[in-house]
Amino acid sequence: MIRVKIPPHLRTLASVSGEVELEIEGPVSHGSILDALEARYPMLKGTMRDHVTKVRRPFIRFFACGKDFSLDASDTPLPDAVASGAEPFFIVGAIAGG
Amino acid sequence: MSRVRLLAGTKKGGFVLTSDAKRERWRIDGPLFGGWEIYHMKASPADPNRIFASQSNGWFGQIIQRSDDGGKTWSTPGSEPEELVSSQGMPQGESNKFVYDGVPGTHKWYDGTPHPWEFKRVWHLRPSLDDPDIVYAGVEDAALFRSTDGCKTWHEISGLRRHGSGSDWQPGAGGMCLHTILVDPTNGQRMYVAISAAGVFRTDDAGKTWRAINRGLRSDFMPDPEADVGHCVHRIAMHASRPSVLFMQKHYDVMRSNDAGESWHEVSGNLPCDFGFPIEVHAHEPETIYVVPIKSDSEHYVHDGKLRVYRSRTGGNEWEALTKGLPQKDCYVNVLREAMAVDSLDPCGVYFGTTGGQVYASSDGGDSWTPIVRDLPAVLSVEVQTLS
Repeated sequence: MIRVKIPPHLRTLASVSGEVELEIEGPVSHGSILDALEARYPMLKGTMRDHVTKVRRPFIRFFACGKDFSLDASDTPLPDAVASGAEPFFIVGAIAGG
Repeated sequence: MSRVRLLAGTKKGGFVLTSDAKRERWRIDGPLFGGWEIYHMKASPADPNRIFASQSNGWFGQIIQRSDDGGKTWSTPGSEPEELVSSQGMPQGESNKFVYDGVPGTHKWYDGTPHPWEFKRVWHLRPSLDDPDIVYAGVEDAALFRSTDGCKTWHEISGLRRHGSGSDWQPGAGGMCLHTILVDPTNGQRMYVAISAAGVFRTDDAGKTWRAINRGLRSDFMPDPEADVGHCVHRIAMHASRPSVLFMQKHYDVMRSNDAGESWHEVSGNLPCDFGFPIEVHAHEPETIYVVPIKSDSEHYVHDGKLRVYRSRTGGNEWEALTKGLPQKDCYVNVLREAMAVDSLDPCGVYFGTTGGQVYASSDGGDSWTPIVRDLPAVLSVEVQTLS
């Protein structure tokens, strides 16, 4: 079970509260997490990455276990603690503005 | 008894303002989609309870929302679990998928260098006059899209962007946006769009082919001030009874065409300044038009600290200031291009929103004004529905 924390605006859009729990078969990467998240909540498509190119939107970042995985390739395996559900995967809106 | 429903999009959410036909007491509901920029909300003329909203922000991009119950509940079209539409049996979630047709190429950047076409947001939604599932969308970077399934999916009408001058289009200060779509109610093949900063374009074959219709416009910020394209048109408007007469608020200059845009002539007349954003036509008097003069393109606030709507009853040139009920000192707000609308009651109601968060209403064609609400976030758009 993968635990995912998404930004408040996207929780509202998807009508969820708190963490989202996802089952992922195969390697756990930020790409596979977004695939599973978008499959369950299709209204989130296009809000975190491009519909077609799958490129991360510029102000979206991916954190886990105290590290920033935003710039990693989308199929780079995430830490075991994320894959096991011990640690959540954070999808974060970058700090911007005042 | 008739009712009026105002749809106000702001920098931080949408609001629905309702009143009976007297237009004296208003109920204010919202914010909808709090924290998001609502560039436009527009109801279907064919189904007044169906309302479409363009929701966006810099972090999460574009969202399209739809209400089928007059704004009480909303959803992103095509994302409901029961809408199993893809070959994999999963909801498609494509109501915000705006993909240019083919390789989009480049347009001009501010300094004239080529810049790749990139989708940023939907500025303007224009539902069909007679089919609640058909909606046109004007987007930044400028292009025209159409949905035929109630906004579940979108397809570009690429004949506009590819008609030949697209590589010369250039962004205005607000971006390179297609911000106005007008459909000729007497001719389903004819449609007009306006792009900042490119100009006005017309199709006479339902979008297959387009041509620039900017003869008579003059823009001194261009190397050739009378070029076919490159003009920063802020808004165009028509009266349904005379669809060949068009009015335009250009970056500077208020303009008029009597021949479906084949030629334009200036009707700024005695306006204190002819920069501005919105232009609207009275619901029952096709020669009565409204503008809000703004001091200049860098100051972006009203002239002399006075919020004045100007009305011409002669289709331009002769203008009168409408000031009763509007602040006449220390006022420095702007009124954006999408932020003015008229209802179809008699007398005609006129409404506008400001960047200071006020929404003003006139229930007497502009003779006097009352603030419906004073302290919303900056108002981006105002639309009005007259409901029976």
